[in-house]
Amino acid sequence: MATNLQTTAGGTPVFYDLDEHDHPEGGSTMLGFWIYLMSDCLIFAILFAVYGVLGASYAAGPAPKDLFDLPLVAVNTAMLLMSSITYGFAMLEMQRGRAGAVQAWLAVTGLFGLAFIGIELYEFAHMIHEGATPQRSAFLSSFFTLVGTHGLHVTFGIIWLVTLMVQVARHGLIAANQRRLMCLSMFWHFLDVIWIGVFTFVYLMGMLR
Amino acid sequence: MQTSFLFGRLSWESLPLHEPIVVVTFGVVALGGIAVVGALTYFRLWGYLWREWFTSVDHKKIGIMYMVLGIIMLLRGFADAIMMRLQQAWAFNGSEGYLNAHHYDQIFTAHGVIMIFFVAMPLVTGLMNYVVPLQIGARDVSFPFLNNFSFWMTVGGAVLVMASLFIGEFAKTGWLAYPPLSNIGYSPDVGVDYYIWALQIAGVGTTLSGINLICTIIKLRAPGMTLMKMPVFTWTSLCTNVLIVASFPVLTAVLVLLGLDRYVGTNFFTNDFGGSPMMYVNLIWIWGHPEVYILILPLFGVFSEVTSTFSGKRLFGYTSMVYATVVITVLSYLVWLHHFFTMGSGASVNSFFGITTMIISIPTGAKIFNWLFTMYRGRIRFELPMMWTIAFMLTFVVGGMTGVLLAVPPADFVLHNSLFLIAHFHNVIIGGVLFGLFAGIAYWWPKAFGFKLDPFWGKVSFWCWVVGFWLAFTPLYVLGLMGVTRRMRVFDDPSLHIWFIIAGIGALVIAAGIGAFLLQIAVSVWKRKELVDVTGDPWDGRTLEWSTSSPPPDYNFAFTPIVHDNDAWADMKRRGHGRPLTGFRPIHMPRSTGTGVILAGLSVACGFALIWYIWWLAALSFAGIVATAIWHTFNYHRDYHIPADEIVRTEEARTQALASRG
Amino acid sequence: MRRFGTLLLLPIPLLLGGCDLIVLAPAGDVAAQQRDLLVISTLLMLLIIIPVMALTVLFAWRYRQGNRQAAYEPDWDHSTKLELVIWAAPLLIIICLGALTWAGTHLLDPYRRIDRIAAGKPVTPEHAPLTVEVVALDWKWLFLYPEYGIATVNEMAAPVDRPIDFRITSSSVMNAFYVPALAGMIYAMPGMETKLHAVINHPGRYLGFSANYSGAGFSGMRFAFLGQSPQEFEQWVAQAKAEGKGLDRARYLELERPSENEPVRRFSPVAPDLYQAILNMCVEQGKMCMNQMMSIDARGGLGMAGVYATAPLAYDKFARRGAAATYVASICTVEEEEAAFRAAREASRPGLVTLRDPSPLRGAGLGRPWTENRRVGGLVPAVQPAQPSAL
Repeated sequence: MATNLQTTAGGTPVFYDLDEHDHPEGGSTMLGFWIYLMSDCLIFAILFAVYGVLGASYAAGPAPKDLFDLPLVAVNTAMLLMSSITYGFAMLEMQRGRAGAVQAWLAVTGLFGLAFIGIELYEFAHMIHEGATPQRSAFLSSFFTLVGTHGLHVTFGIIWLVTLMVQVARHGLIAANQRRLMCLSMFWHFLDVIWIGVFTFVYLMGMLR
Repeated sequence: MQTSFLFGRLSWESLPLHEPIVVVTFGVVALGGIAVVGALTYFRLWGYLWREWFTSVDHKKIGIMYMVLGIIMLLRGFADAIMMRLQQAWAFNGSEGYLNAHHYDQIFTAHGVIMIFFVAMPLVTGLMNYVVPLQIGARDVSFPFLNNFSFWMTVGGAVLVMASLFIGEFAKTGWLAYPPLSNIGYSPDVGVDYYIWALQIAGVGTTLSGINLICTIIKLRAPGMTLMKMPVFTWTSLCTNVLIVASFPVLTAVLVLLGLDRYVGTNFFTNDFGGSPMMYVNLIWIWGHPEVYILILPLFGVFSEVTSTFSGKRLFGYTSMVYATVVITVLSYLVWLHHFFTMGSGASVNSFFGITTMIISIPTGAKIFNWLFTMYRGRIRFELPMMWTIAFMLTFVVGGMTGVLLAVPPADFVLHNSLFLIAHFHNVIIGGVLFGLFAGIAYWWPKAFGFKLDPFWGKVSFWCWVVGFWLAFTPLYVLGLMGVTRRMRVFDDPSLHIWFIIAGIGALVIAAGIGAFLLQIAVSVWKRKELVDVTGDPWDGRTLEWSTSSPPPDYNFAFTPIVHDNDAWADMKRRGHGRPLTGFRPIHMPRSTGTGVILAGLSVACGFALIWYIWWLAALSFAGIVATAIWHTFNYHRDYHIPADEIVRTEEARTQALASRG
Repeated sequence: MRRFGTLLLLPIPLLLGGCDLIVLAPAGDVAAQQRDLLVISTLLMLLIIIPVMALTVLFAWRYRQGNRQAAYEPDWDHSTKLELVIWAAPLLIIICLGALTWAGTHLLDPYRRIDRIAAGKPVTPEHAPLTVEVVALDWKWLFLYPEYGIATVNEMAAPVDRPIDFRITSSSVMNAFYVPALAGMIYAMPGMETKLHAVINHPGRYLGFSANYSGAGFSGMRFAFLGQSPQEFEQWVAQAKAEGKGLDRARYLELERPSENEPVRRFSPVAPDLYQAILNMCVEQGKMCMNQMMSIDARGGLGMAGVYATAPLAYDKFARRGAAATYVASICTVEEEEAAFRAAREASRPGLVTLRDPSPLRGAGLGRPWTENRRVGGLVPAVQPAQPSAL
């Protein structure tokens, strides 16, 4: 199409697109959201780097092996990974245009997300109760900040998810809602990827330290 | 001082009533504010402003609002500069000057913060916002609402900085707020909190605007405009916005960590409990150095456009210009350590960062040569934009030279933090960024308003700036070589005195330049009938923005242009394009919304509450932000069509205007 | 206008003649070498800067619109040869400058022992270096001479042509130690040590100062650097020994308190391990030294046993170093309470204390039940440092 716009049949150049149609709304949304995710990724990169620098500054206090409960974190990881899978199912149903099934899978995803947040909060509360607060050492500061920032993202993801469920219920799977579901999908899987980094870099490598 | 539930640590004592200078300033600002508000009310302009400007998602209006913000903040930032110059010229021979440390230290911090974040950034962003969509033949940016929101967030940050002048105080830490000085132990007051929240709020706006412009440039280019046919200004804008998106999150993260240290008592940058203040310095400069290029790159684009237009010639070495820009973009991430060679990194680390810094001067040098050879065998018209460009080339190379000098670590050991450094970065920021902005404003003003700027007052402003700049900063080079360090409030050595006096005179000359610039705008508005341009193309321009009317209609282009050449408009003119006069169709446009203003207002409330520990208000306004954002997503009707007959009317008017010119 | 500009430049050399460009005419060999590098780099760059500026003016003049004689080629926009030149010319200069930088940076690395006293005068075994330990305080400089057992405030001396090994730290915030006549600057940072090696070649009185903004008293944070003959230096040391009061930990803590525009002070004798204690932030009784903490951390921390033992670690997190406890308390009553609480604990039962952070977020009303429990339930004994540091 682009080439036949450039010249007329006679070979004289065409300078204006006289037969223009409306640009589909939201044509840049996926790209824009992708770029946003990369900027968010950079925030996590900084937090990972900070953890890398400060992760061994225990200030004569507890170290990862004194604090981390790997089985619990493994369960938590499973929650988040499951939620990614169920979100994937929601997207498949969206392709088929089945709003009810989409809602169901979204609900399941949200529940897994809530479970993840719940377990994380339990872990945090437990550590703080033991005295391992973010104020105790630079290691704990960077740990709580990195993991907590991820948790905060998941929390906002859940709020967004609920909002979207209401919107799908109201308007069905219209183009705008589909686009939003795609964005949240990217966001959700992105958080999953970040979590895999957290699990490996913070928890697994922390226990080895 | 009490912390109460209702007002946090805010009390009557927070108002600096004991500082006569601040009280007088407040009086002047309050009177001015009342006058403006009164005038707006009297002339019943509030509704107009709200409907046509504040809630507008039109990139042109947002661009202009960014420029207005930048110019207002320039006055504040420059007032700080004058006060510093006066203090330093005064505090000799046993005199303490007229500013105590508490006040002076806030002033130099505020000067730096305001000039970078609330003058240079809004002006640059405004220019990009205005020009880029026009240059690529688009009708708006990719996310028009987001654009409005970004602007208001920037305003929100500026509002907080201005509030700090009259409620509490600003940071006394220097513009980058190095800990441990900026940590709660050494800066227990609200100053650093103002700093953190002002930058966070403005930073959100900047990042989103960066994402927006990247998408716009990638997705909305006119058919035929391949990447290598984009105008150079669009290229440099693309690179700048990539830098914004890839560096501002670092600033956000660093300020979050500093905030956590201050609010929650974490140990990121503390001396004790395993924290590392040096990490802050590294992280903030990982943002800070790209920031320098965020500011200068778009202006390199402006100079390219201006040189080519006013030389009546194609830009020399377009391809190498583009590659030079991209190389600078990438390299700007590999040089941050040169801001602290003196922190005791090893010789190999220092050399590495020194040499990468020098390497940046290669593409920059190539750019200068490209402009030179664009002028070569041209027909140079010395209109204002071109004058600024020549002044830039002569000034900037000196700043570049001293910059490379500072990149040699052993030379930096004797010049770091000295007034030589101050002279250097003002040499590149004034000589590069500001001269470029003035060139850009003079160049695109007729496009935005339909009349040219008055050349006489423009020339007065130009000469005041150029002479004033050299008068103000040459002494600082000399003082740097005399071993004088920055941020000093009082001096012993009488032999330094004369230099500070000269620098002060220079600052006054610059003040005259700013005055002449404002006068130029006023005179131009007054004489707009004489200066009018009906063609939309007053400079014999070469790129697409000159193909439409001045000011452009809401929809920019009735028909999307098709691009065949780098200089698309020059190509159209040369090959005799025919402006289509019939066949108009309705044009799909985004609708105005007040959500951006509301969200930014709530953010300011939230920031203010956090600064003053008013927790209930912080919680409330944060909930408000989330609720408003969600509420906004329930609005599915964000667009409308400009009817075809309205377009016919607009285009018909333009046809007549063009014909009346004869 | 341009001619007018040059007229304006005329008085500059006259003015320059009257002032002391110490960076370009230093009195120490290291600074002199740095100066040389600065001058050579400038000359190298002028090789390209001057032609560029000349060409700018030339082209701007020659191709002005009014000059119809000049050639006009509106479509000429590329020349491979020319592009090669404009990339290659800066590249060549940067290659030279880069080589110079690499060599110069390694030769003039402040951490490297100097190997010459001046040009043609190598350091020999009889040049025993003078060690000076420098502490940046709020807002004054403390110099310790371990060899002589003396210390001074805001004045330091060194014999000419004797290598000086500086060990530099700070007590509170970042500063930069800078004597322009002697050598380049280096940051002084709390809990960290930086090094500088230099030599003074000409006797005289030179200015030293902090070159990194450090707070309200920064402007007055200057000291005299005295380059002296060996005899004068001996006298200077003797004077300090004769006049000086002893500098022990208690007096250091007094000295450390923020003060501005301090006069010269002399101390003798000086507690032998004072500098190490300052560097490791453990001058105060009951504080764990940084190096001990780091070695504990390197062995994996102290586990849950150490979780509440925070009093020995707190240095300046809650309040400015050396400030009276009420300094921060004046900001916020909650903090006042905290500070008082801590002070009381530390006074009555050293080593037994709980973590109570007075940071605003919780201080202003958010209580944490578990700390309350701890406060009632039991104070956890602070872990004794591996070696009960020679405090």
